[in-house]
Amino acid sequence: MGKLFERFPDPLARLIVVVVAMVALGAFAYFVLIPKPVKDIEFQWADAVKTEKARPVRYAGFQVCEECHGEIHNTKKTGYHKDLSCETCHGPAKAHSENPDKVKPNIPTARTFCPQCHAYNPSRPRGFPQINPVAHNPLKPCSSCHNPHDPKPPTTPKECSACHGEIARMKAVSHHVQLECTTCHQAPQQHKVSPRSVKPTKPQAREFCGKCHGKDATDKLAKNAPKVDLGEHGEKYVCWQCHYPHSPEVEQ
Amino acid sequence: MNPEIIRSLQELLPQIQGYIYPNEIEIHWGLLIVVYPYITGVVAGAFILASLVKVFNVKEVQPLYRLSLLTALAYLLVAPMALVSHLGHPGRFYEILLTPQTSSAMAMFGFVYAWYLMAVLLLEIWFVHRTDMIDMAENSTGATRLLYRALSLFSKDKGERAVAFDHKALKVITIVGIPSAFLLHGYVGFIFGSIKANPWWSSVLIPIVFLFSAIVSGIALVVLLYMIITPLTGGKINMKCVDKAVDFLFYAVIVDFSLEMVDFIHRVYQSEEEIKILSEMVMSKLFLSLIIVQVLLGMLVPLLLISLTKIFKKRFSLNEDMRKMVYFISVILIQFGIFATRWNVVIGGQMFSKSFRGLTTYKMEFGGIEGLLYAIVLLALPIAILFVLMKVLPPWKELREEGETGTEALGGAGM
Amino acid sequence: MNGRRSFLRGFFAVLLSGGAIEGVMKLFPSKALAKETARTGKWYGYGVSVDKCIGCARCMDACKNENNVPKEPFFVRTWVERYITRKNGQTTVKAIAPGDEATPEAASDRTILRSFFVPKLCNQCANPPCVQVCPVGATFQTGDGVVLVNEKTCIGCRYCIQACPYGARYLHPKTHTADKCTFCYHRISQGQLPACVEVCPTQARIFGDLNAAASPMSRFLRMNKIHTLKPGLNTEPKAFYANLDGEVR
Repeated sequence: MGKLFERFPDPLARLIVVVVAMVALGAFAYFVLIPKPVKDIEFQWADAVKTEKARPVRYAGFQVCEECHGEIHNTKKTGYHKDLSCETCHGPAKAHSENPDKVKPNIPTARTFCPQCHAYNPSRPRGFPQINPVAHNPLKPCSSCHNPHDPKPPTTPKECSACHGEIARMKAVSHHVQLECTTCHQAPQQHKVSPRSVKPTKPQAREFCGKCHGKDATDKLAKNAPKVDLGEHGEKYVCWQCHYPHSPEVEQ
Repeated sequence: MNPEIIRSLQELLPQIQGYIYPNEIEIHWGLLIVVYPYITGVVAGAFILASLVKVFNVKEVQPLYRLSLLTALAYLLVAPMALVSHLGHPGRFYEILLTPQTSSAMAMFGFVYAWYLMAVLLLEIWFVHRTDMIDMAENSTGATRLLYRALSLFSKDKGERAVAFDHKALKVITIVGIPSAFLLHGYVGFIFGSIKANPWWSSVLIPIVFLFSAIVSGIALVVLLYMIITPLTGGKINMKCVDKAVDFLFYAVIVDFSLEMVDFIHRVYQSEEEIKILSEMVMSKLFLSLIIVQVLLGMLVPLLLISLTKIFKKRFSLNEDMRKMVYFISVILIQFGIFATRWNVVIGGQMFSKSFRGLTTYKMEFGGIEGLLYAIVLLALPIAILFVLMKVLPPWKELREEGETGTEALGGAGM
Repeated sequence: MNGRRSFLRGFFAVLLSGGAIEGVMKLFPSKALAKETARTGKWYGYGVSVDKCIGCARCMDACKNENNVPKEPFFVRTWVERYITRKNGQTTVKAIAPGDEATPEAASDRTILRSFFVPKLCNQCANPPCVQVCPVGATFQTGDGVVLVNEKTCIGCRYCIQACPYGARYLHPKTHTADKCTFCYHRISQGQLPACVEVCPTQARIFGDLNAAASPMSRFLRMNKIHTLKPGLNTEPKAFYANLDGEVR
């Protein structure tokens, strides 16, 4: 110590003592006093992963229900709801699967439940089955007509508008209001049973529209239709690239 | 569940404009994080003012030397309080020292802070006051004597070799100190500037703007304290010193203003996808704090006032009281302006949605840890600490020095 | 003089040694973490078919049930946005809530150009900015690419919430720590699907190992045009969107 004070100026020597003492104290605290879990990040990460993995599962998963509810599973697996997990409607059921008698999952019966998916909403993808919950059989529970595990429509509809309401509504206020759907589409009977796999025809070429809207159209429907020269109008495009057939006026 | 939070968030709901992500309603960095960069800014700025004396040899501001060092220390001691008390788990603050993440700017806080406090500020203050503390220990008894003995690390050496070393050390520390002060506050700017998710913050200029606004706030605050403390304790304000300090303040404000203008023009000219929502925010939510307080009252008015004293030099040089008043008003306005700057950066950066489709709002509370009252306490605390520091290490002799005579006393001789 | 020179030599030797370089490399997580560890073993990703989402909010419900997320609407790990773009080019967005009334009046609204739902969740970025900024290493990326929060060491500084470009994080009002989607880590580590994927009635949400050769996830990536959110920020999200509209941010 004395040597230190001889060699360095007094203030420096004192600071050296303080700094060395602090570093020693800090090192002692860090390496000796503090337990490893507090300062080892890898250890903490492993611990956190363990904690995460140990969290309780609430949704049992779609495979579990089949074991006991085979019958329902069989009904469901060919219906429109075949891709739905049971817990989508019945809620978390892990507790029920572990203790089937005591804990019962929810069976939603209220008329507000099904419209969460099936109420009409213009943001929903086209073709997804939607109804207007106010107008659609008011006050009747959905399950009185539809089996939720196989929710096919109760009867095959006669009118196209039963399913294609959006198009029907649009057509109703357009210049094409007088035209039947079948004027342009041929719908096979089978389409009414399995609408996704058997589809109605659609016009393929410009000439189809030209039957009414061509310059020298002869069709009896064409009397009052606006006429264009197919050779000049619209160049290489097909008609429905500019005119939506169900509402054909060009909008501003 | 915490019904308090839910209730306060519920109140914010009607004030949301446009669309914000659902998790964005809560403003996460509130008033305390506004206070934090303001305080570190003062620390860095006050230190730069002190180094004007030591490194750049500006003799006129010698009376402010010790005051600015003590101010820097007083504010630096409060800075971490603002940070730690805003944490969700203040009791876990040690984690940042034990498992710091090298990739995180914030993790460096502990080290930057410790470096600045221990290796720069405390060391410089110790060397400046060492011989004084020995004197004071000799002239007192009992506990006071023990205190000063301990503070001087039981040093008694006032010999030539020791004093010469003091001067040499001071010079080295100040030179190291300037980049350290830049680091301290430039780093606070980097915490914000490095967040790429937030276009209001994410700008390379932010650390530099922080730096210059820090210099502005530090010089202005020390001048303000000097102009209040000196007459209160029966001294006379040294106008030569204040003139010089305000000169530097003036230049710093000009640089700060230009930098902010560059940043502003650059943003508007580039006009990237976020420009719409940002300009909407500036014109509605930040209009008062940004356009009025920060730019108009905090920069343009003080610039105008100080320029007046320069343009009408003759008239103002005759009338010291008038000049004092102009300076006094200017430095107060600048304090409010810089505080508004911090507010606009911190709060402004969280008021717009990262979807760039909407604005949320910030409702300041009065009580509680994030409230106005606590912020005021934090802002007043450094003044109280400064009061204690000035009792222990009195700067009076230096504060009262008239002009250039006597500047060769302890501090100045080192150069 | 000699002493100083040897000190400098020693100093640079330390700088150049592996330890220092590794430290510097850690500043750049995209280089140091994401690229190298990613390609062996499991590497989880998430798919969203925007065209299939019907906005039923079953996923939001399931997430809150499964993960102890506060029931209040201010804290969510996953949510669904409804976009309505009008013919004048203006887009309005709204986060839907479970049990929201559908708006049938919009059926007759002829000014709507297009409208759709977009599910959102933590993007589990390969290059996560939240992990980069966490001062204490409480948020980290697991070997299989999931970003987790250690609620025992999180100090609640909320820097990660600021750094997330997707608004996927929030401060849990009970634990006072940062919280976010974990891909239901407790479920996927047992081979189950995340709760939101489990209950999605239209398979708009897909989950799986990106390294697996044949899986719904790899099929989803193969069969669709894929986009990610805010790709310009180089976060390399692992939530992949099929048929994403340009308006979505």
